[in-house]
Amino acid sequence: MSRQVKPGYARALDIRHGRVDLSHGGGGRAMVQLIRELFARHLGNAYLEQGNDGTVLPPLPGRLVVTTDSHVVSPLFFPGGDIGCLAVHGTVNDLAVMGAQPLWLTAGFILEEGFPLADLDRIAASMARACREAGVHLVAGDTKVVERGKGDGVFITTSGIGVVAESCTLSGAAARPGDAVLLSGTLGDHGMAIMSQRENLGFDTPIHSDTAALNGLTALMMQHADGAIRLMRDPTRGGLAATLNEIADQSGVGVLLDEAMIPLRPEVEAACELLGLDPLNVANEGKLVAVCDAALAPALVQCMRTHPLGREAAPIGTVIADPHHFVQMQTRLGGRRMVDWLSGEQLPRIC
Amino acid sequence: MKYIDEFRDGALAADIARAIAAAVEPERTYRFMEFCGGHTHAIARYGLPDLLPANVLMIHGPGCPVCVLPIGRIDMAIELALEHHAIVCTYADTLRVPASGGLTLMRARAQGGDIRMVYSVDDALRTAREHPDREVVFFAIGFETTTPPTAVALLQAAAEDLANFSVLCCHVLTPAAIAAILDAPACEAPTGVPLDGFVGPAHVSTVIGSDPYAAFACAYRKPVVIAGFEPLDVMQAILMLVRQVNSGRAEVENEFTRAVTPAGNRKAQQLMDQVFELRPSFEWRGLGEIQRSALRIRERYARLDAERRYPLAYRTIADNRACECGPILRGLKRPIDCKLFGSVCTPETPMGSCMVSSEGACAAHYTYGRHKDTVEGTA
Repeated sequence: MSRQVKPGYARALDIRHGRVDLSHGGGGRAMVQLIRELFARHLGNAYLEQGNDGTVLPPLPGRLVVTTDSHVVSPLFFPGGDIGCLAVHGTVNDLAVMGAQPLWLTAGFILEEGFPLADLDRIAASMARACREAGVHLVAGDTKVVERGKGDGVFITTSGIGVVAESCTLSGAAARPGDAVLLSGTLGDHGMAIMSQRENLGFDTPIHSDTAALNGLTALMMQHADGAIRLMRDPTRGGLAATLNEIADQSGVGVLLDEAMIPLRPEVEAACELLGLDPLNVANEGKLVAVCDAALAPALVQCMRTHPLGREAAPIGTVIADPHHFVQMQTRLGGRRMVDWLSGEQLPRIC
Repeated sequence: MKYIDEFRDGALAADIARAIAAAVEPERTYRFMEFCGGHTHAIARYGLPDLLPANVLMIHGPGCPVCVLPIGRIDMAIELALEHHAIVCTYADTLRVPASGGLTLMRARAQGGDIRMVYSVDDALRTAREHPDREVVFFAIGFETTTPPTAVALLQAAAEDLANFSVLCCHVLTPAAIAAILDAPACEAPTGVPLDGFVGPAHVSTVIGSDPYAAFACAYRKPVVIAGFEPLDVMQAILMLVRQVNSGRAEVENEFTRAVTPAGNRKAQQLMDQVFELRPSFEWRGLGEIQRSALRIRERYARLDAERRYPLAYRTIADNRACECGPILRGLKRPIDCKLFGSVCTPETPMGSCMVSSEGACAAHYTYGRHKDTVEGTA
């Protein structure tokens, strides 16, 4: 062996100027290097260090809850967040609104050839920060690379595992006539933050995505009023309208909203007005809807308002008996109208 | 929100509602047509019928540009994308309008057509600049509101000598459609819908002004009140119409004085006149052929006219036989009078054009008002 050859040496990954190429998904040394020098640097932990084809997890007290979510948002970076933290928040929130404590995530990355490593590094760092804040660990991951033009930068699929107490009975089918409908804060912030960034709109507004992990808020709510909460949901794609219609169908009830009680930022309302969108149909990534026993609603709203993510929590409506399972709304004008599912395609690739 | 919330004030709406209730004569029925889809949408979205006395009926008019677009025109846009491989830029509402052969622009896109949703014609111009190697066609639809921007884009393309840009012009004219409704014999027949007045267009009137409606008020003895698209505008206009009917007047009144003048926007009119000329005749969905009711691009800008640039032939295609879009657009039937409404025809799978755009009478009623059908026991 020549003296110049250093066994096991590899030039460090050029994160600042480098780009993803097909070898990063090929199963060879380049892939190992990408995982070690980029992903593991941010997301590494004892689980990942097991280094096997699968990760062995410890037993848990309670029932397991599992969920999965793919993220294809465009643009990848937007005011208030990016695809990395969104991929963590989306899955954490699906577990949290089940009343579960989120514990572990897995992440699958589909990278497009040519994607800047610097952007991937920002995304991995953002995921790591979001995991720390939510108190969850990434326990397994996968990376694939597709040819240039066959992807759009990066797509991320996350799955999550959480644990829920035996006593927890939250279910979309549990809403009963007379129950109160609560919302944790302003509507439409995420969707309009994305829309305002889309290049073909060209308006520049200070709207920030609300993307956030809700498990702190849900834990507080469960602690405060466990038995009184019938269900929680995070109104993402399709917005509040879709979430309430799902609940109405699942529970076999109607819902009557009071438009004047729904919190809305003026800039979101203005942007929706300009684009002809209904804020009730616009996606959120850090809000939850809760249905609870009406008698305990005022106290639960007060409790939610003590949490940073529930400061603008409000009772926005009532569950009613309705054989048609309609969601209706008392408008600010005094009339009444339906709140229907979104039909259309105005907001593709919002999350 | 400043300048918006003021026109959505619940207390003011209740005041106007009380004034309308006090003004209506109980033995009389007031049938007003709101011409514009924008008004149809506002009425449904804010639940205004709940604020009106039972004898004031709002009848939805044909002023929804997507609804009146005949199938043959959508077919032309699809042909441009699939046969001529042009990038077709269009407003979102047109994407789901049913065309021939079970197609829509959306389905044509899934079949490989390069069809792009734009918010303004300016986006289409930019697409043409960014893709000099591709043909880019803007599918231009709409009444006088969207016509001036198309005119500006055509002038801009001509000035830049943008060789790969053209427009499939489907712009239509409001006064011609109102005349067609008033001339239709069914309107005055015992079985038809006698109209007592019109809520006149908002945005269209900012361009054409309030003067063009004088003929309807005078010749047809129909009051017209031009109104903005906010719910209080509509309520106020209804009150003004009730007062005109009660006193036997048939005048053009302007509730939307903050934006509409008698003569309109002369600059916009001049731009339209520079670029467009009247078509001898144009087919409207639901209303049939109406003479001098639409615009085409002048000979001088022929190079930018997709109809001259490509071998496109317009073919009249009949609507589904059970579809009642025609009578609904003429105000003769209500959405729930159509057998397809809410069964095979929904916003997800529209059969007729009125179910497509949020301004369409059927889509507005389905999305915002169908809870009322169950109350009446008619669903």
